[in-house]
Amino acid sequence: MSSGDGVSVAQKPAKRLTSAVIRFAGDSGDGMQMAGTQFTDTSALFGNDVATLPDFPAEIRAPAGTVAGVSGFQINFASEDIHTPGDRVNALIAMNPAALKAHIVDVEPGGLVIVNETEFTKVNLKKAKYAEGYNPLDDEVLNSSYQLLRVPISRLNSEALAETGLGAKDAGRCRNMYALGIVYWLYGRPLETTVTFIENYFTKKKKRPEVAEANIKALKAGYYFGETAEIFSTRYAIDKAEIAPGVYRKVTGNDALAMGLIAASELSGKDLVYCSYPITPASTILHALSAQKQFGVKTFQAEDEIAACCAAIGASYAGQIGVTGTSGPGLALKGEAMGLAVITELPLIVVNVQRGGPSTGLPTKTEQADLLQAMYGRNSDSPVVVLAPSSPGDCFEIGIEAARIAMQHMTPVVILTDGYLANGAEPWAIPDVEKLEPIELPEAGDASSFEPYARDEKGVRPWASPGMAGFEHRIGGLEKEHVTGNVSYDPENHQLMTLLRQQKIDKVAEQVPAIEPYGDADAELLVLGWGGPCGSIYTAVERARERGLKVAGAHLRYLNPMPMNLGEVLKRFPRVLIPEINMGQLRSMLRAKFLVDARGLNKVQGRPFLVEEISMAIDRMLDGTWGDAEALMPRNGELVLPRPWTN
Amino acid sequence: MISQNTPLAVLKPKDFASDQDVRWCPGCGDYAILKQTQKVLANLGSRRENTVFVAGIGCSSRFPYYMGTYGFHTIHGRGAAVATGVKIANPELDVWLVTGDGDGLSIGGNHLMHALRRNVGLNIMLFNNRIYGLTKGQYSPTSEQGKKTPSTPMGSIDPPLSPLSIAVAAEASFVARSVDVDKSLTDVLETAAKHPGTSLVEIYQDCNVFNHEAFAYATGRRGFEKEDHVLRLEAGQPMIFGKDRDKGIRLTDLKPEVVQLGDGVSEADLLVHDPSDHCLAFLLSRLRHPEFPEPVGVIYAAEKPRYEELVAGQVAEARERRPDANLRDLLHAGETFTVEA
Repeated sequence: MSSGDGVSVAQKPAKRLTSAVIRFAGDSGDGMQMAGTQFTDTSALFGNDVATLPDFPAEIRAPAGTVAGVSGFQINFASEDIHTPGDRVNALIAMNPAALKAHIVDVEPGGLVIVNETEFTKVNLKKAKYAEGYNPLDDEVLNSSYQLLRVPISRLNSEALAETGLGAKDAGRCRNMYALGIVYWLYGRPLETTVTFIENYFTKKKKRPEVAEANIKALKAGYYFGETAEIFSTRYAIDKAEIAPGVYRKVTGNDALAMGLIAASELSGKDLVYCSYPITPASTILHALSAQKQFGVKTFQAEDEIAACCAAIGASYAGQIGVTGTSGPGLALKGEAMGLAVITELPLIVVNVQRGGPSTGLPTKTEQADLLQAMYGRNSDSPVVVLAPSSPGDCFEIGIEAARIAMQHMTPVVILTDGYLANGAEPWAIPDVEKLEPIELPEAGDASSFEPYARDEKGVRPWASPGMAGFEHRIGGLEKEHVTGNVSYDPENHQLMTLLRQQKIDKVAEQVPAIEPYGDADAELLVLGWGGPCGSIYTAVERARERGLKVAGAHLRYLNPMPMNLGEVLKRFPRVLIPEINMGQLRSMLRAKFLVDARGLNKVQGRPFLVEEISMAIDRMLDGTWGDAEALMPRNGELVLPRPWTN
Repeated sequence: MISQNTPLAVLKPKDFASDQDVRWCPGCGDYAILKQTQKVLANLGSRRENTVFVAGIGCSSRFPYYMGTYGFHTIHGRGAAVATGVKIANPELDVWLVTGDGDGLSIGGNHLMHALRRNVGLNIMLFNNRIYGLTKGQYSPTSEQGKKTPSTPMGSIDPPLSPLSIAVAAEASFVARSVDVDKSLTDVLETAAKHPGTSLVEIYQDCNVFNHEAFAYATGRRGFEKEDHVLRLEAGQPMIFGKDRDKGIRLTDLKPEVVQLGDGVSEADLLVHDPSDHCLAFLLSRLRHPEFPEPVGVIYAAEKPRYEELVAGQVAEARERRPDANLRDLLHAGETFTVEA
């Protein structure tokens, strides 16, 4: 095998695997996200299926060496179709004692643990709050439980770069590439992708060719170390995945959503006006769109969340596509303005990249607990359309679909994505642009007969914007008189308008595709999910079926209005399980709407579901040991009742 | 910003009125402002379809309903943000923002400040009546300290703020003041409308129900001689005021003072108004009754790039740099790989 970069590598025995989960962990200044992203890109280009889970602290730089400052990046790469970043870590790369302490718990028994031995100093052990005089590297239990490999990465990296003339600090920063080189060797990955990236990033963008050279040198030195040091008994080989033919690229959910919104602009002929206030984990949508102004994209970094939502409404009123993006607490601030868009019946797209809450909560961790806020978090009866993508790549389709519904039905549409989908990456089959359907826009009709609140057969009012002569009219937050749109305090009219606004949203369901369960048609159990957990649910259902269990699964992309066949589907299966990264919000909605005894698996730990957690829930639903509980929660490898959960 | 379209037919002030009944209290200062605004639009040759009135919440903010143009009555304090979105989406529109002292300075203070510093092409009319009218008479951010209202029965303890000082400090490119019943209002609004970029006109407006004659000194009611209490600003002219034009403003040790002309003081000793002088603008914004006459007219005017044009300019520049941009290339950007059948 060749590294593809002139590095000749002698053959060592390679163990074939169908998948592997590796995790880079280090200080938040150690470049773990970059190393992980590079490994992902390389594996995706190599032809593996990949799924990732970046995990970083909320602080930009928590004190170096502390557990609070540990940044991690997990990659699952496989020669088969995968849908999650993986449960147990097969190989951990720990750049310091804190990283080992924070992440060892997730490594499978017997798993590979490569530690940067140089950093296991007395000072760093103390920072990581290990007991005085204790070094985990000497721990017998740890050594017998895992394949613990000590590599003095920092020292070897410095030695490798001694001749470059680079200062100690800059040279030290290359240690992530040294570590990545080792892992590339271990898993037989080519170096080209990363070499090209380093050249583009450091030479072309940052104008620091000497830093590029050092990084490439460190990467190769790490790779050679793997080959020459006699500490690795085995290499691993993971073949290309058998995935559907097509042209692929790696995307994160936020990348895909940004592209979907641009596509919607192109498909409708309307300018995209994206108004946002920076907030984790939604900010990268603003960054991505700000870089694409050649598509007529206008971005507005507003003074606050409220202004962002209001400006987007103003843009829609003026005839373009107003979009605002945020995360949980930002959605709370936008609530009043969203109500204005509901009563004025203007198109508006609100992207909520959900994160742990309430309040500031866990800003960098995932959660999907804003469903009820999206559904009901406004004053009065204020119905909006709510959509949720089921994978990072699906964010592209959701972006287009949201724009289509918002403009064709003159309504706000909330997209509920989440931190896991937003930052997680997967190979994405690039759609054929020619096959994307144009977005037909509603006509304003004839000026002489124009009434701002007259409705068509779908209950939709016309979209007339300033600049159109003869259509001058006034709208606003006060209740509208049916047809004329004049201010009206008439009691009967308010009831009528409340109903009409609801019916308009209900009618969107006529365009919503039927929900199609996968798995066994005669299953005993349906596992229903939405958003981020869809991948884990899919994998758990497939594994259950491999074990001979009768199980079906389904993804709910349309949360409001729901697919018209959903009630029938729920009643078709004797049991229904709904895993959610919240305390049971979809479950509550479905129990209320369909009177179905849906049970919940609810995890609110800032992290996605492990497949094994859902597998356990499936087993307990089917073997009768679940009991009366409406919901269970995963804890320390068990499923427990939420209530008696105390410290 | 005024419409660039050539008028097809000359519109009269009444053509800018809507068919809705005006529902302000009889005697409200808003009526005078509404009439003059309609006159200004007719004078400017504005087109109804290109004119948009945006408002927040409050008595003044009902204004759009009474205009025969496009109108958007939004939510409390957020009119500036909505109007900014309108201008970004369509810079060709002539967008007016109607707001009050509660709407624009309290709940919407943040948005007002940012619209001003960005220099969005809006004509902002800030109706200041120093009271909350729509919610029945609570004190506002411009009410004087000690004001007794239902929410401050022992007197307000909040110091008032000066809308003009805030506007000048927020880097506004056009700042002016007028009075609802003053003959200067039409001129000031016309000048403001012609100003490219954000214009802010503070209009002293009488709430005859909850704060009647709060500006009696400036309107000549309650026995006041108004010319003794307003300073009519004119570019290049010395600051003279008074019914008999016998008083002026002089600067001594960087401090303004009222002086009597004659008696050794001549016009040459007086401050001369220069609307392009930012320091002077702030100084003028600090002149308050009763110590000083209060300035009316254009306090500050400067050319500055307009926000929505900068936004559009970057889009145009990006298009020029990448004329071949297309969706297919966007989707295929970065590293791609092909899986063969």
